Amino acid sequence: MAPIYQLKRVDFIFKDENDWKEILKNSISRPPHELINELISSELKGRGGAGFPTGLKWKLTAEVENPEKYVICNADEGEPGTFKDREILSRVPLKVLTSMAVCAHVIGSKKGYIYLRGEYFFLQPELNNAIGVFAEYCREIGFDFTIRIFMGSGAYICGEETALFESMEGKRGEPRNKPPFPSTYGYMGKPTVINNVETLAHCYTIFEYGAKRFYDLGVQYSRGSKLFSVSGDTPKPGIYELELGMSLFDFVEEFGDGDTKAVQVGGASGFLVPRKGFRETTIGFQGKLTGISLPTGGSMMLFNSSRSMYNVLDNYLEFFREESCGQCTPCRVGCQQLLNGIKAVKRGEKNARYLEKLLRLTETMQYTAKCGLGQSVANSFSAIVENFREEMIY
Amino acid sequence: MYPVTELIKNLADQHGRSRHNLLPILQGVVEQERYLSEFSMIEIARELDLPASEVYGTATFYSFLEYKKMGKNIIRICKTITCSMKGKNQIVKTIEEMLKINVGETTPDGNFSLLQTNCLGFCHKAPAMLINYEVYTDLTPEKVREILTKYINNKGKEV
Repeated sequence: MAPIYQLKRVDFIFKDENDWKEILKNSISRPPHELINELISSELKGRGGAGFPTGLKWKLTAEVENPEKYVICNADEGEPGTFKDREILSRVPLKVLTSMAVCAHVIGSKKGYIYLRGEYFFLQPELNNAIGVFAEYCREIGFDFTIRIFMGSGAYICGEETALFESMEGKRGEPRNKPPFPSTYGYMGKPTVINNVETLAHCYTIFEYGAKRFYDLGVQYSRGSKLFSVSGDTPKPGIYELELGMSLFDFVEEFGDGDTKAVQVGGASGFLVPRKGFRETTIGFQGKLTGISLPTGGSMMLFNSSRSMYNVLDNYLEFFREESCGQCTPCRVGCQQLLNGIKAVKRGEKNARYLEKLLRLTETMQYTAKCGLGQSVANSFSAIVENFREEMIY
Repeated sequence: MYPVTELIKNLADQHGRSRHNLLPILQGVVEQERYLSEFSMIEIARELDLPASEVYGTATFYSFLEYKKMGKNIIRICKTITCSMKGKNQIVKTIEEMLKINVGETTPDGNFSLLQTNCLGFCHKAPAMLINYEVYTDLTPEKVREILTKYINNKGKEV
């Protein structure tokens, strides 16, 4: 039996940002290694979904000798079911800007960019206002760091960090091979820290209250709080900041409509959990907890029993087929074949055993695709096909 | 000089002529012209001293950089899972009936183009759509009719 944690509402991220000037001034007067240690001891992990330790990311980039480095805020929020980053940028933009500046101080950078997805074009004026206010204060205290917005143009894959660099360099948003990692070879080939919007907002909390306040929340391997974007069949869709490590069962109790059949954790590229798995699933990063622990970028989509899981999978696969950048064969052809395959089974042109072949294809994609997009198609595909097999066939 | 050529020159002056300035320039042309014609892509290539194929390759990668002629107002309806569950098809049908075009088409007067797009990030207020850069959420057929009527009465200009 997995440990059961109660849902705990937290209010850090959207708490007012009135003290940003003070926090910026205090933080940039501290030596970089002290700030890095603060982040490392908070055990903050990237909130975009992959969960790389933020302190370590800053440290690795700080250690590289190069006069030119970049700080990039990844606001290419494209995962289906995620909408928290927009809310952060429109409600507390100065927190994000402050953390970017502190990062610049830590790694030794003069230039920062916010990569904003094309769909959020309407955010630009207010964000530019905040950047203006921020720039003025930086000049006032003699801190040399400029932030600019770089607009995306509607490509999900550009949320992948190396694809984002390619896009900023004026190319097709095709992910690069890793290594080299961004800490040594990022935007324009220079050392780059790239953090998700929410990660930067959490950094602000840590600089404001210290690492301990943050570390005290959550469970082992999953410290702190996280914003969850709740949508689908729920009476209260919206954005909620919750402590990490909660059980999915408690989550469904709170947000479900009483008839929840499955929850998609982490968007289309995340994991689908059927009702029987609610009790043993916790939300957080992989660790030694008993039971299953699922990482998430914060997208929680609930499906009730009126929904056809075939339609859900069909929708995901169409999404992946369109958003696959097309450079590697397993992903480009794989996504097309999976979609054609489930349609053929549904129409009766292929028998049910064909589903096993498709499962093997997702496994191949998991091992051979170049980036997270192709690799993660297997997650929801296998969960839906294995748990809702009859819906795929009839 | 064609007006597009002048626009491209101005954009290049403003953003710079390096490869990493390509995306803002493409976006600038789309903002004015609504799409990138073959002619404008070749002009951009000339201005930035790039192979035209590279410009074409980059432009066609991004779903918001249209390379077919588009209407003055581009309607993009979100078709990803939550919007799809919450009645996206009804919204599409309403607009198709009102404008008498199908998804992917432009009205004969060149005022509207109707497209579907992937997740807009308004899943909690589904279904959602963009008209140019304006977001409309919690759509119902009635609400959509009201919104479109406003655009139509303004002769296809933004409200």
